[in-house]
Amino acid sequence: MDTASAPPLAAPLDIAFDYTRSLGPVLGRFMTGLRDRRVLGARTADGRVHVPPLEYDPATHAPVTELVPVPPTGTVTSWTWTDQPLDGQPLDRPFGWALIRLDGADTALLHAVDAGTRESMRTGMRVRIRWAAERSGHIRDIACFEPDPGPPRASGSATGGDPATASDLDTSGDPDTSNGAGTSGDLSTSGELVTGITTPIRLSYTHTTSAEESRYLHALSEGRLLGQRCPACRKVYVPPRVCPADGVPTEEEVPVHDHGTVTTFCVVNVPFAGQRLDPPYVVAQVLLDGADIPIPHLILGAAGEVRMGMRVAAVWRDPATWSTTPENIAHFRPTGEPDAPYESYQEHL
Amino acid sequence: MNPAVAIIGFAQAPCRPSAGTTSGVETLVPLFHQALSAARLDRREVDFWCSGSSDYLAGRAFSFVSAIDAIGAYPPICESHVEMDAAWAFYEAYVKILAGEAETALVYGFGKSSAGLLRRVLALQLDPYVAAPLWPDSVSVAALQARLAIDAGLVTEEAMAEVAARSQADASTNPYAQVSGQLTVDDLVATPYVADPLRAHDCAPVSDGAAALVLAAGERARRHREQPAWISGVAHRVDPQGLGERDLTTVPSATAAAEAVSLPADLDVAELHAPFTHQELLLRTALGLGDRVRINPSGGALCGNPMFSAGLARIGAAAEQVMSGQARRAAGHATSGPALQQNLICLLEARS
Ligand SMILES: [Zn+2]
Repeated sequence: MDTASAPPLAAPLDIAFDYTRSLGPVLGRFMTGLRDRRVLGARTADGRVHVPPLEYDPATHAPVTELVPVPPTGTVTSWTWTDQPLDGQPLDRPFGWALIRLDGADTALLHAVDAGTRESMRTGMRVRIRWAAERSGHIRDIACFEPDPGPPRASGSATGGDPATASDLDTSGDPDTSNGAGTSGDLSTSGELVTGITTPIRLSYTHTTSAEESRYLHALSEGRLLGQRCPACRKVYVPPRVCPADGVPTEEEVPVHDHGTVTTFCVVNVPFAGQRLDPPYVVAQVLLDGADIPIPHLILGAAGEVRMGMRVAAVWRDPATWSTTPENIAHFRPTGEPDAPYESYQEHL
Repeated sequence: MNPAVAIIGFAQAPCRPSAGTTSGVETLVPLFHQALSAARLDRREVDFWCSGSSDYLAGRAFSFVSAIDAIGAYPPICESHVEMDAAWAFYEAYVKILAGEAETALVYGFGKSSAGLLRRVLALQLDPYVAAPLWPDSVSVAALQARLAIDAGLVTEEAMAEVAARSQADASTNPYAQVSGQLTVDDLVATPYVADPLRAHDCAPVSDGAAALVLAAGERARRHREQPAWISGVAHRVDPQGLGERDLTTVPSATAAAEAVSLPADLDVAELHAPFTHQELLLRTALGLGDRVRINPSGGALCGNPMFSAGLARIGAAAEQVMSGQARRAAGHATSGPALQQNLICLLEARS
């Protein structure tokens, strides 16, 4: 294949991480409520009830302390329709997104409505919460909303209790006022206060290389190391990159030897998620012969002896396994040559 | 009156559905060259560099650091970054010059919007406790706003289609635009919804791209550019984060920013950063723009919306109108966040 004219290499890049967040007094009680199938709104000084709750009063800027229960029923104030749900959304079949003002609340909550068809959605439609079977104190404790066959009711009241929903909403207890301990004595909220949430984040990307990086990776698949020389400062970069000193792309291709010198190193003693080797092991910066910038790699077979100036050579994997990846080099090993003099690499530290 | 600061150079990369590397470095190199050439400035004469981009587009931490390779940061430079549209980096550079800490600045925004599923990635800019964990995509969030505006009688699907038709017609003379064409409102409203009440033409395309803009103070600006675009005011304001906390049919932060810069009614041109058709209509009302004001002669973000540079490009396009002598007074607007939550206005004028 003519790799010079081939399109740049691209590869999937999937990342995942769990965000853990502490909640504080307002959101902590709100999430605790959801776990116990109760919705709490924040009452601000002007008497308005905010669901989801605010932590600070936008008019007085005082911390919000008063939380009041509201029923699990409400009215759609705006909506849209999703034919093809995305990964992570509340439902895996077509559904409506909606802003929903719960009865007794003055603001709207964003959530999904399991309405079946787009034709069932409308502004003003009545909906009610469908609780998740397993609840931990998280917004996802509300699995979604569903159309509510009950009669319309007046909104704007923050009194909470609703006979029609008494079976799944206990508002008979103390309406949980000011100090975070107001839920004690209420059977439905007898558990621990929820103080944090964990939200898993998974994102998928396609990572695209530059034309120069692509040529470097294609050379690797043939067992060659390819550098590129900056036209301004004449330094050779492996892998190639826009010269960070001159801001110009490298142009001239320069073959680079797979032997080099350790410029600096560290011994990894600490285990971490995703680690491929058992610690301790050595990660070093290796200045390949003919290059002006070191690459990071593993040094194996010299436990306790790795030092600055040590001469090393690449240990390639079985050529049958080579592809367009730096992983074709398994690690570096000491060559046994005399150490390189400090002056030979002092400009490359 | 503030000490004078002006825009003296602007460059943008063509908006394309998929272009360039994830790092953006290769796109930025020629862009810096073009912007600096327009300003007749050498890169070593730039006192301050400021960028806008996001790790969430690149899928890796500190992605903006690798982009600095494109500057050639030797000897060491003075540099900053915002995780917002580069219009906000422009604001930082403007303030830096006003404060006397720099005489010249280059501002740039970049990002490969197409590297991930953009409308899903953008869910992560929402409230992390009660909204983002549901993964509401950015198009659906905009659709909720559009329906509120329709239900309130402020916009119609036909008026939204008119915005799309005008924008795409204007974009046909803009070589940097991603989409353009001659469309009729009747044809547009006959197309299916992508997120009811939004149709494809109501939504900006997913664009890869970048933009760079050069600023200079007073005498320095006059020395480098025959007709600089003088900045007579920049302001930005923010509305509450909760989507159900604010009236989504109004844009109080845009109105407040316009008042802060004393935005006149007799502008020649306004470049508005409205990634959805209904948002242009809401912004025109919020900014008090009369019918005489030419809106988005570039085609606007609806015809090319590279994340983190589309807002800066609106300021750049407005500045080009002034620098080329086509407009005496022009405004550039940028938005950030969901449903027009954050808004920035830059008022530009020619001075004889
Ligand atoms: Zn160089």
